[in-house]
Amino acid sequence: MKAFTQLFTAIDQTTKTNQKIMAMVDYFTHAEEEDKIFAVSILIGNRPKRPVKTSELREWAAELADLPLWLFEESYHVVGDLAEAIALILPTHQQEQESSLRETLDFLKELTDLPSEVKKARITYYWMSTPVQERFVFNKLITGNFRMGVSKQLVIKALAKYLDQEQTSIAHQLMGKWDPYEESMSSMFEGDNHLNKHHLPYPFFLAYPLDEEPDTLGDSNDWYIEKKLDGIRGQIIVRNDELFVWSRGEELLTDKFPEFHSLQSSLPNGTVLDGEIIPWRDGSPLPFQVMQTRIGRKNISQKYLKEAPLVMVCFDILEYQGLDLRQKPLADRRIILKNVIESQSGNVLLLSEAMDFTNWQDVGEFRENARDYQCEGLMLKRKNSPYETGRKRGNWWKWKTDPMTIDGVLLYAQSGHGRRANLYTDYTFAVWDGDVLVPFAKAYSGLSDAEIKVLDSWIKRNTIEKFGPVRSVNPEYVFEIAFEGINSSPRHKSGVALRFPRILRWRKDKSPKDANTKSDLLQLIEAVNP
Amino acid sequence: MLEFTDKGIFCPQANVYIDPWRPVKSAIITHGHSDHARKGNRKYLCHLDTIPILKLRLGEEIAVQGLAFGQEISINGVKISLHPAGHIIGSAQVRLEYKGEIWVVSGDYKLMSDGLSVPFEPVTCHHFITESTFGLPIYKFPTAAEIYESINQWWRQNAAEGYNSIVVAYALGKSQSILHNLDQSIGEIYLHGAVANVNNAFNKNGFDFPGTWVNPEMDSKSIKGSMIITPSSALGTPWISKFKPSRIAICSGWMQLRGARRRSGVDRGFVLSDHCDWEQLNDAVLGTAAENIYVTHGYQNTFAKWLTEKYHLNAVEIKTQFEPVTGDLD
Repeated sequence: MKAFTQLFTAIDQTTKTNQKIMAMVDYFTHAEEEDKIFAVSILIGNRPKRPVKTSELREWAAELADLPLWLFEESYHVVGDLAEAIALILPTHQQEQESSLRETLDFLKELTDLPSEVKKARITYYWMSTPVQERFVFNKLITGNFRMGVSKQLVIKALAKYLDQEQTSIAHQLMGKWDPYEESMSSMFEGDNHLNKHHLPYPFFLAYPLDEEPDTLGDSNDWYIEKKLDGIRGQIIVRNDELFVWSRGEELLTDKFPEFHSLQSSLPNGTVLDGEIIPWRDGSPLPFQVMQTRIGRKNISQKYLKEAPLVMVCFDILEYQGLDLRQKPLADRRIILKNVIESQSGNVLLLSEAMDFTNWQDVGEFRENARDYQCEGLMLKRKNSPYETGRKRGNWWKWKTDPMTIDGVLLYAQSGHGRRANLYTDYTFAVWDGDVLVPFAKAYSGLSDAEIKVLDSWIKRNTIEKFGPVRSVNPEYVFEIAFEGINSSPRHKSGVALRFPRILRWRKDKSPKDANTKSDLLQLIEAVNP
Repeated sequence: MLEFTDKGIFCPQANVYIDPWRPVKSAIITHGHSDHARKGNRKYLCHLDTIPILKLRLGEEIAVQGLAFGQEISINGVKISLHPAGHIIGSAQVRLEYKGEIWVVSGDYKLMSDGLSVPFEPVTCHHFITESTFGLPIYKFPTAAEIYESINQWWRQNAAEGYNSIVVAYALGKSQSILHNLDQSIGEIYLHGAVANVNNAFNKNGFDFPGTWVNPEMDSKSIKGSMIITPSSALGTPWISKFKPSRIAICSGWMQLRGARRRSGVDRGFVLSDHCDWEQLNDAVLGTAAENIYVTHGYQNTFAKWLTEKYHLNAVEIKTQFEPVTGDLD
């Protein structure tokens, strides 16, 4: 674990992507061969299953450190990270025993089915044989919330450099779920092995948010302009008489979508479609929330199939008759896509409409009123663009409509985790219901580090009550909260649920009495959910 | 014998305050840090080595009396003496005795030696007032010697790669203990004005700290592979950019936590504190044999509860004027 811990520390200590890449290349060059594939798996965000309850870990750590549990809990709140809190609080290690990354992961795997006392004995032994930083990394693995601080794109860059291969081919080979116990560096990355993996999706091409005026994009006629729908981005694959539905998060969701199962026989082998999966009825999309409740279910009952029938609104075809079409211009791909969809008798595949506009001004007007058309903005795609890999500027842009906003009063604050540990960064906001403030949104992001610091120190001086890590504060400050969607919800105190709430700005010019009201929220719900 | 008032800790019998927050007639100052030594008091009493700092920071004209460690004076029947606190040069615990009852105000202190200030000395008493800046068991500081070694190593490597090394530390206290332990064979040492001023004050009193003040006329291009010591106020100013290419490190007990390290946005964090970690705090409290413990500044509530539960001491929490903000340079 020494080498892997060094890699973690090197990545953790820098914010410069180049240094992160160099650290990974350095690790791959020097690490034990059998460790490498496990490191790749962890670097791209796969986590071992948690073999013990965290409540047990807390108890064992407190006991080993000879501390009461309450003191451990208080310390944990300050650290803001369980793995780190345990690593710091334990007594100094008594012996040193080096195990490789693979051995450590084996150790965790074996642990799962053992009785609690045996788990405790083994973990205690591991803790007491490793220095603090290795202990910390071990705890990160065991608590199952490990993040290495590198994006998948960076890992791909490092692997491409180390293996001397193209980034696009590495990206493709890393798609989907794979098991490091069944792979090796050579089975993953040597030769064209991935071609046998007929279930794999293509790396998704992602659009950049448009950050300039659209006029800079040239003639609007050179662009396909489509509605940006709020569903689940996915790929539908039919190969070798099998059907696979992948989400953009690279989860295999085939079983969740019985609607698509007939495509297995109706689409020709060697077809890959890209589009947005979304509940749809009577020619228009249903709110995202309708699908969300359905996605969470293990078994999809008839009730859900009826209430939230899904379609894929297709906007691209990446493979047809077994041929990779990604380098062809989008205009050509759309012609093929249109034919494929029209040849289908069912109604689960729809073609994403390329809308007609005479100029960018009309496009802009549509975007401003996007919500009236049940979409969250527009997608702009150059007609002659290839299908690229990852998030790239230039050919595809997303142009979202402005978020909805509400002014809320800061009511509760909670300390954050990780980088924000011990700083009050998680806020709850309220609106007026008569002369009572009712909480309606929690938001974590949107303030600058400087604003957080000021607010943190104000919160500490203006606390009314402490409830564990949460503090109630004097209702004094008003913040403008932005969000993408709003719906009624019986589960929330205020009766509303927001989608992607975040802080837009600190309204120092407003006093609490200027904040919005609950009836403002209810009016918004009516306005956007006709 | 002592009371906690809105001006600070007060001894009515001697009519004297210890580290008062607001101007009073007579003040005993534990050490020269600005949250302890404030302006406007009519009379100051402190350790001899603290005098030059008070004059530097509060003005040459202040009325100040110096005591050596262990030297006893008596005010209206209260016997008062100062004892080493090991926090910075001249930092003292205040011992007050009246009719056989003994109180000790420890101010800021640490048990671990920094190789420079006179080491902490346990003073037996009935009532002990302690801070609790790092009063949680997650704080376990490495020895100062280990940290100095890492700082020198870091400097050596930066110098070899053509970088200047900028160390951010309190101008008073940590700067001197670091300077005292730098390996001067690695390269030149430069100082921010605030650090140079403190050094000058000490050097007049027989100390000798290395380093050259970076005055505005100096050609910063000639500074290469050097060590620069600065307080945090210079972070993010053009003054810091003069030393590019450079790497920046913060020396603070808070650097024990990954969150604080990452939030600081600098290249390196050294866990170097002039306060006690958890174990030192426990040792200090037990070392006084006091039955009554007053916990201030830091995790007072938690530490007081721990002392009560674990050692059955009569420990209470004393609210200080401000809640500390983590990420300071303590």
